[in-house]
Amino acid sequence: MDGLAFVGLHDAEAWAGGAAASRPVSAAPAPAAPRTGGTVRFEGVSKTYRSAGGEVRALEDISLAIPAGAIVGIIGRSGAGKSSLLRTVNRLEEPTSGRVLIDGEPIAGLGTEGLVALRRRIGMIFQHFNLLSAKTVRQNVALPLRVAGVDRAETARRVEEALRLVGLEGKADSYPSRLSGGQKQRVGIARALVSDPEILLCDEATSALDPETTLSILGLLRDINRRLGLTIILITHEMSVIREICSEVVVLEAGRVAETGPVWRVFGAPEHPATRALLAPLTHALPEDLAGRVSPHPVPGARALLRIAFAGREAPDLSALAAAAGGSVRLLQAEIERIQGHAVGRMLVAAEWPEAEAQLRAIGLNVEGIGYVAADD
Amino acid sequence: MSPQMIDRLSQAAFDTLFMVGVSASVAVAVGIPLALFLVTSGAGGIFPAPRANRVVGIVVNGFRAVPFIVLLVALIPFTRLVVGTTIGVWAAIVPLAVSATPFFARIAEVSLREVDPGLIEAAQSIGCRRRHILLHVLLPEALPGIVGGLTITLVSMIGASAVAGAVGAGGLGDVAIRYGYQRFDTTVMTVVIAILIALVCLVQFAGDSAVRRLRAR
Repeated sequence: MDGLAFVGLHDAEAWAGGAAASRPVSAAPAPAAPRTGGTVRFEGVSKTYRSAGGEVRALEDISLAIPAGAIVGIIGRSGAGKSSLLRTVNRLEEPTSGRVLIDGEPIAGLGTEGLVALRRRIGMIFQHFNLLSAKTVRQNVALPLRVAGVDRAETARRVEEALRLVGLEGKADSYPSRLSGGQKQRVGIARALVSDPEILLCDEATSALDPETTLSILGLLRDINRRLGLTIILITHEMSVIREICSEVVVLEAGRVAETGPVWRVFGAPEHPATRALLAPLTHALPEDLAGRVSPHPVPGARALLRIAFAGREAPDLSALAAAAGGSVRLLQAEIERIQGHAVGRMLVAAEWPEAEAQLRAIGLNVEGIGYVAADD
Repeated sequence: MSPQMIDRLSQAAFDTLFMVGVSASVAVAVGIPLALFLVTSGAGGIFPAPRANRVVGIVVNGFRAVPFIVLLVALIPFTRLVVGTTIGVWAAIVPLAVSATPFFARIAEVSLREVDPGLIEAAQSIGCRRRHILLHVLLPEALPGIVGGLTITLVSMIGASAVAGAVGAGGLGDVAIRYGYQRFDTTVMTVVIAILIALVCLVQFAGDSAVRRLRAR
């Protein structure tokens, strides 16, 4: 993870400009320097669970560096170890070997006091929100400050600010059971932010929400990242979540890092089969009617089915493509999106000229020959 | 019924309430910490002490295995040590409390165990210490179940207190046995049963509505 530009990372300056008027959640009376997010470093982290049935290796030798202010997504199938990895950051899980460093400091040696202090610098939100049902929204959000011994007036002020930030001012005295899923997660976010953390851990934070609510929660997280500059690490099994807000993605498979890189590249040119499997829901398969007729060998009068993958700064140039294809080229399917300023996606074309595949490669396109189909007209 | 009998009945009702009230207070004061210990001291709990956990578990089961009437007699030396007498209301309160505490502790334990472990994790993640978890997570979240369990405990204690007559403690059950059963006074028997039913219904109703109020949030 080097030399990457993280979306939203250095918006901290813009944020500092408006700080006097609207600093959303501020620390105790302290120098008003814009706070930056924390960095997280995993060095050879492994985790083995021992049970009666034998050993389960949940994490194997994970090394990653997460820069301050980034939004990093960790994705993997269930059981890939993402939840265990996330929990080593605030020591809800202890690694079996290796170490985790926050802002350059190893956290393994912290005693009770040090651990409590560390956890106050790291917020966490959960798939099932984990709000206390016996407390009101206000009491839930106030709890981190209450147990930290912050005085009443200060607590009330910061709870108000946190609730305003997540758009729940009017719900302060409701109990969580009266709220919708999205509202509950907003309370969870307010509770995580009220102690002014440097890092926010999101454990499948949108997996229990409907698509529309998911988008609004992801939008809120992005907004928080920009305004507060805090580092966000989220785990998910949905690529669409990664695409929506992450700058960097880590693909975990069976406890190991399968692939890592900027989101546009992992989406546009996935290298590992696990990544492709996770992307499958977002990409079109070969249409049924063609799949049935495709033959591996050229037959007279057949067209070549070509899949062209794009992942780069330049958007696909259709006239260059047509010129290289040297004859009729039909667009059958296309999905091109813009991610972090890169054109990412694939198209499926049917080309008439037998040399089209080689020629398209020659102009630098990433072409995969699928087979041949007889023209249906 | 004679005025004396009415006096006797009201004194008995008062004795029953007094015995049950005092020993229930002891059961709550000792049973809740006991339940918290049983829940949090198991392997992987927030105060892990698996060996002590097992020992306490066995002791609790031991007390629960002994029938109340046997406990009443077996505890006589202990009762004398604690309240200085082996007859009267106070002599019944000691065994009642000793028998109700492990009963209530086990019921409270069940409710505490049902608290979602995710809530404990969330509390840890926001910097709660262990005592904060007891105070802000386990007890408040389990409270409806604990109140429901207390209702059950109270009702079974009202039943158990009938045996307290064996140590001359009086109470409604004692009146029913001595006057209603041994002297064949059906009226007394009927009145005592009616009072007991009313008492149990009242406790159950109060408990249910408290639970409903707690759960409605």
